[in-house]
Amino acid sequence: MQVNIKKAGKSKGFSAFTAALLAVLLGLVFGYIIMTIASPANSFLGFQKLLMGGFKRIGDVFYYATPILMTGLAVGFAFKMGLFNIGASGQYTMGMFFALYVGFMWKLPDSVHWLVCVLAGMIGGMFWGLIPGIFKALLNVNEVITSIMFNYIGMYLVDMLIQGNATMYISSKTRTSYLPASAQMPSLGITNSSVNISIFIAITAALILFVVLNKTTFGYELKATGFNKYASAYAGMNGKRNIILTMAIAGAMAGLGGAFAILAPSTIAGSSMTYEPVSVIAANGFNGIAVALLGNSSPIGIIFSALFVSHIQRGGTLASLYGYKPEIIDVVIAVIIYFSAFAMLMNAMVGNLIKKLFSKNQSEKILPADPKEEA
Amino acid sequence: MENYIIEMLNITKEFPGITANDDITLCLRKGEIHALLGENGAGKSTLMSVLFGLYQAEKGEIRKNGMVVKINNPNDANDLGIGMVHQHFKLIDIFTVLENIILGVEPNKMGFLQKKEAREKVIKLSKQYGLEVNPDALIEKISVGMQQRVEILKMLYRENDILIFDEPTAVLTPQEIDELMEIMREFAREGKSILFITHKLNEIMAVADRCTVLRKGKLMGDVAIKDTTKEELSKMMVGRDVNFKVHKKTKELGDVVLSVKNIKVSSKIHSNNAVKNVSFDVRAGEILCLAGIDGNGQTEFVSALTGLEKTSSGIITLCGRDITKATIRTRSISGMSHIPEDRHKYGLVLDYSLEENLVLQRYWRPEFQHFGFIKSNAVRSYAEKLIKQYDVRSGQGPITPMRSMSGGNQQKAILAREIDKEHELLIAVQPTRGLDIGAIEYIHKQLVARRDAGKAVLLISLELEEVMNLSDRILVMYEGEIVGELDAKTTTVQELGLYMSGAKRSTAKENENAG
Repeated sequence: MQVNIKKAGKSKGFSAFTAALLAVLLGLVFGYIIMTIASPANSFLGFQKLLMGGFKRIGDVFYYATPILMTGLAVGFAFKMGLFNIGASGQYTMGMFFALYVGFMWKLPDSVHWLVCVLAGMIGGMFWGLIPGIFKALLNVNEVITSIMFNYIGMYLVDMLIQGNATMYISSKTRTSYLPASAQMPSLGITNSSVNISIFIAITAALILFVVLNKTTFGYELKATGFNKYASAYAGMNGKRNIILTMAIAGAMAGLGGAFAILAPSTIAGSSMTYEPVSVIAANGFNGIAVALLGNSSPIGIIFSALFVSHIQRGGTLASLYGYKPEIIDVVIAVIIYFSAFAMLMNAMVGNLIKKLFSKNQSEKILPADPKEEA
Repeated sequence: MENYIIEMLNITKEFPGITANDDITLCLRKGEIHALLGENGAGKSTLMSVLFGLYQAEKGEIRKNGMVVKINNPNDANDLGIGMVHQHFKLIDIFTVLENIILGVEPNKMGFLQKKEAREKVIKLSKQYGLEVNPDALIEKISVGMQQRVEILKMLYRENDILIFDEPTAVLTPQEIDELMEIMREFAREGKSILFITHKLNEIMAVADRCTVLRKGKLMGDVAIKDTTKEELSKMMVGRDVNFKVHKKTKELGDVVLSVKNIKVSSKIHSNNAVKNVSFDVRAGEILCLAGIDGNGQTEFVSALTGLEKTSSGIITLCGRDITKATIRTRSISGMSHIPEDRHKYGLVLDYSLEENLVLQRYWRPEFQHFGFIKSNAVRSYAEKLIKQYDVRSGQGPITPMRSMSGGNQQKAILAREIDKEHELLIAVQPTRGLDIGAIEYIHKQLVARRDAGKAVLLISLELEEVMNLSDRILVMYEGEIVGELDAKTTTVQELGLYMSGAKRSTAKENENAG
């Protein structure tokens, strides 16, 4: 074991991976504790369903993973530059609206209709990410504040626009009408599941972002700015342009997420996904924060963390079979996700803890050496 | 057996990866000034932190007056009469001198502060030792030299009789250093014992009775100053003979490379300008040094010159091109190379690898990118070339994380990057700060080599020895103004010190003649 840990310390990617696994493990332990408190008798079977249930609905796991994968990318990509994009919800909602608008109002050939809807969603999200980016770059307004406010502005604006459009909105049912079939994304044909080709687009987007971050001058500048904005200014990088570009790309990712969610094919013929304008901020945006934290902001890590979060959510719905109220299940899922994500944040602390546990021969106290004094 | 007041016997202190102190023994006699000499990273600060209770040693014991004592934290140290003046002062800026002195040992009755008696005691102490301070002045308003006095008074107020000074002269002018030496001698005469951490040999020769030398965490020896020489000490410290003098050939001056006229830079801290009307030229083939005590506007001036901050007025011309409002990238392309003051904040992206840092100023050039995609092979071979040429040492070559490299090699990496880039002007701000003698020697040689290659070098330094050794011309900056221009060949450290402390300044007319 000790050998493994030493090796892990040497490879950066691997140690991030082990840290994520440990974080997840800690999250599960706490989730189990909550379930035991809520209903001791059923906790083992319920927890088993929570853990394993997702494997029986693998199509749904992928389907629900898609939007949070996209919002996760929106948060994680911006975070690589040191920007905390809390506005994924707003960008997601905007993307959804743009996709809906094109889906309802534009008459296009069947073969390209859904594709144009997806692109429209991307543009909508990009637009909603661009604005906080411009504020940050030109006026140095904190992006956390603007993007939170843009969540509300976006949500109320979209609700208002949808309610005012007779083609899109059915007021008696307080939801949007069914989208035409041509605007829905091609299904992957798994029975009783809405999983569709958007999961492939999402994974491709993650791979593209990975290449951008690691192989291009833009990615080099972006990460340099995220690690040390003073050094990037010193090296003559154009910080303002990069901030705007990063926020626009992040917004585009969240916007795609919104489009993917609303354009998914329904399992019931003749219907579609719908949006209810009920003044609620999209939860998928905030889940993106947890997904990004758990994935250590790396696009590849985010693919896996989105799948994990979706898996736990699917399992959670099944755990309700054992008498757990949906609210309790939500709490457990939230505990698992957020504990995992926060444990990731405390990556270094967890690492030290492990070192301590496995190296008894070392001194009891591991004091960090001041790098300036001791290096 | 001799009477030692403090004995640190066979101290071993390990940090993950390194042994900072390896079986070190240090014995302090009552009433002596004992110097602790070593390069950066030799383990001086760690050893003193063990004595002061900031770290616990794995092995070894500490005795006071022959009795074994356990020092778990600075309060224990204080109870044993051990006080420390840290290299970076531990003062609260917005508190007064008095409040800082009593901090932690506030005299009180039922929780109410009793400042009156504290004030009397502080005034008495400062009279007794000639440490004049105004007890009601705010720390942020007084000079660094004064702040050091406050730190010393803090130890005296606590009635410590074992005083540790960690690199106390780094921030002082030559005159202030002389005063400090006198105060230290006075303490020793009174029977207080002093541990004096430094890497400056002249100061040890001047004031210390004995000296313990550390190298790479190991004890090199314990010598009486009267039986040794500066050369011998430096050999013990570095492990080889060291050249103190930099050899420079005479060099014909070329054209004006950099010209600054009436530069003003506003300050972020106070309402006055941090830089007031600074004008000078730097020519090809000379090293012009901007000397001065820390905090007299040098940092602000360099920020404005390199484009990190805006100037409020004035004109900067580089190679005949007005760059007053140019972007940092444009300045860089126009021939400006910059070794920044704070290498961790500005000079390096610590989370990047060595090779990524080596291309920080040129990753965007056609030889390193193709349609926005970085050519990793080109980066790798360029990094390998620089590493070889400039002898940058690292654990894993080009892919070594910058953070894991030693300070000297980090600085070498910056130097390699800035020198290898096409440039006419090299701005080096405190290029040897915090480096060991070997690295300092190397960097000095490289700077002189730039001058000999016909480049203009603008050196900003706080180290007097460096200023005297390297420069062809010296400009002294005091409170944001150039107060004197000196010829490095004819001036003395004392004269330089007078200008630096503002005690002397050339008249405007003299300046004109000199320029």
